[in-house]
Amino acid sequence: MREKFIYALGSLGALALVANMYNIFLVLPDEANQGAIYRIIFFHVPAAIIAFTFFFVALICSVAFLAFKSSKADAVAVASTEVGVVFAIVNLVTGSIWGRNIWGIWWTWDYRITSMFVCVLLYLGYLIMRPAITDPTQRGTLSAVLSIFAFCDVPIVWFSIRWWRTQHPGPVLETGGLPHAMAMALLYNFIALLMIGTALVLVRLRSEHVQREIESLRRLALVEA
Amino acid sequence: MVAVDRVWKYFGDFPALRDVSLTVPRGACLALLGRNGAGKTTLLRILAGFSKPAKGTVTIAGAAPRDLAARAKVGYLGHGIAVWDELSAEENLRVFATLYGVDRAAIPVWLERVGLLRVRDGLAREFSRGMRQRLAIARAFLHEPELLVLDEPFTSLDDRAIALLQNLLRDARERGASVVMSTHQLREALELASDVVLLKNGRVAHAGPRTEEMLNDPSWLYARYGEG
Amino acid sequence: MNAFGAAIAIARKDLRSELRSKEATNAAVSFALVILLILSFAFEPTGEEIHAMAGGLLWIVFAFSGTLILNRTFARELQNDALEALIAAPVPGWALFLGKAASSMVMMLVVELVSLPVFAIFYGVTLVWTLAPVILLGTWALVVVGVSFSALTVNVQLREVMLPLLIYPTLVPALIASMMLTGNLLDGQTFSGDNITWLRLLVGFDIIYTALAVTLIDIVLVG
Repeated sequence: MREKFIYALGSLGALALVANMYNIFLVLPDEANQGAIYRIIFFHVPAAIIAFTFFFVALICSVAFLAFKSSKADAVAVASTEVGVVFAIVNLVTGSIWGRNIWGIWWTWDYRITSMFVCVLLYLGYLIMRPAITDPTQRGTLSAVLSIFAFCDVPIVWFSIRWWRTQHPGPVLETGGLPHAMAMALLYNFIALLMIGTALVLVRLRSEHVQREIESLRRLALVEA
Repeated sequence: MVAVDRVWKYFGDFPALRDVSLTVPRGACLALLGRNGAGKTTLLRILAGFSKPAKGTVTIAGAAPRDLAARAKVGYLGHGIAVWDELSAEENLRVFATLYGVDRAAIPVWLERVGLLRVRDGLAREFSRGMRQRLAIARAFLHEPELLVLDEPFTSLDDRAIALLQNLLRDARERGASVVMSTHQLREALELASDVVLLKNGRVAHAGPRTEEMLNDPSWLYARYGEG
Repeated sequence: MNAFGAAIAIARKDLRSELRSKEATNAAVSFALVILLILSFAFEPTGEEIHAMAGGLLWIVFAFSGTLILNRTFARELQNDALEALIAAPVPGWALFLGKAASSMVMMLVVELVSLPVFAIFYGVTLVWTLAPVILLGTWALVVVGVSFSALTVNVQLREVMLPLLIYPTLVPALIASMMLTGNLLDGQTFSGDNITWLRLLVGFDIIYTALAVTLIDIVLVG
């Protein structure tokens, strides 16, 4: 049942993505100033929002783990962090490609890019530390604390680097400068990518569950031996 | 003094303690027996306040083990000796006296009792193994704890330290303190114990007073529960 | 039991041990000198641009050499399982944290006091007294984050590797603020305009992370 749901969600997301890509690449016109490359925002912006959504889910689950010591909460936290990091990297890579075309450089130490990079480093640290802790309860506790530390850091990093320097194009969403068709395409692609991301989290959750079972069987085998 | 009520503790999904209940009255000495991995250390660590049970409750003199009031009443002696190498014997005890709010006048008394008064200014680093162990014993008894939690106390101790510890434990019980200890040294432990609990795969397999037949044949309990 | 008294006792015991062995501070001072040497090859050390870079340089030295001290804050208790005795003692977690943070702070400041004049001589920089509050606030940021993560990683395999991996990204805001302030003050500016904003950021970072650490330390140590 649950497996079917994952597959259904994943394929629905994939179908929506294909439909969106048809719309994005073949229907929507080029943008006046940037030409064809502007289309990257349909992936770039949703990736950032989805990454932060998953980091937020991880934060909630981490707090829930500390409160209730439920291993499920820990599993959701690590699954969404992992997928969140993937989307954050997608955001960085697409941004880099866009920057190469528009600014002529692959990388610039602008505040948004730098913040996202710091964010990726913080959560990579989280993912690297986890396997280094053997006791599952301790692993959950320590990584939950780390997740809280990391999430609190993100806004401070953001503001500090913004004060430091600014050269990123203004936020396209809030100014309402986007034509209706493009705004809708952005929204649809956000939904499609979110579905795929959620399916990935669920898949990752299953593997986490299986891993826990293996771990406890190992322990049992050691005790019986 | 100690009440453990339906305690569960997991490592991941694996239950290290399953529904463990036991009580230790004032002045009693409980020997916690069982094979490696039976859950002895896990239970002792909960009593000492290093970890919390997943389910169930533990109270020490009416308080939770992590309450400061309970911790002030517990003396813990674990596998490590827990002294600082760069400090002298007296400085080591002085730190613990401050942490436990004990009058400093107690320090020389305890140094005398463990036979370290003459070397009170010597650094722990320079002590022999036996001296360090005796310093650790003084550290655990310094605040006259009402409950002593001892994890394998006789393992790796030399003869002098074993005799010292046995005497101190008797004295402590005479003033009404309780003792919970896990051990593989059956004979030493059974001589001191008033009660015995055998843990098997995280469950209490046997709980009751220490009997004469246990003294005559220390492995009697193991044999009876198929743990030989 | 007076918790502050316990914090002071823990800090004093750490400092006394360190005074006798000098393990961490010796290593950190030598490492600071090594970094100062290596950085001199990265650019013209007496050139004009040094004033623009001085703040950054100084904090790289402080942050990198500081990990050698912060790494040992809780790790020094692993020997002989002394950490267990500290956790078992009737001392609240925040007092243990503050004691550890205080001793690390003193050790960090010693290393910084030694490396500051060397830095000034090597790079032809004139030190100013207004740096003092910046160094105190910036070092406290390093200490709070470092000691928290030191407690977090104390039972983790590859502890020495994990700590730098975790603390530097977290410290980005504090490092930026300290670097900007130090650079500006060495350049002859005073606490006004932008510098006030940076100072606020630094103070805010210190407050937020001290609060987080003090709240979460019990969970980190006991679960």
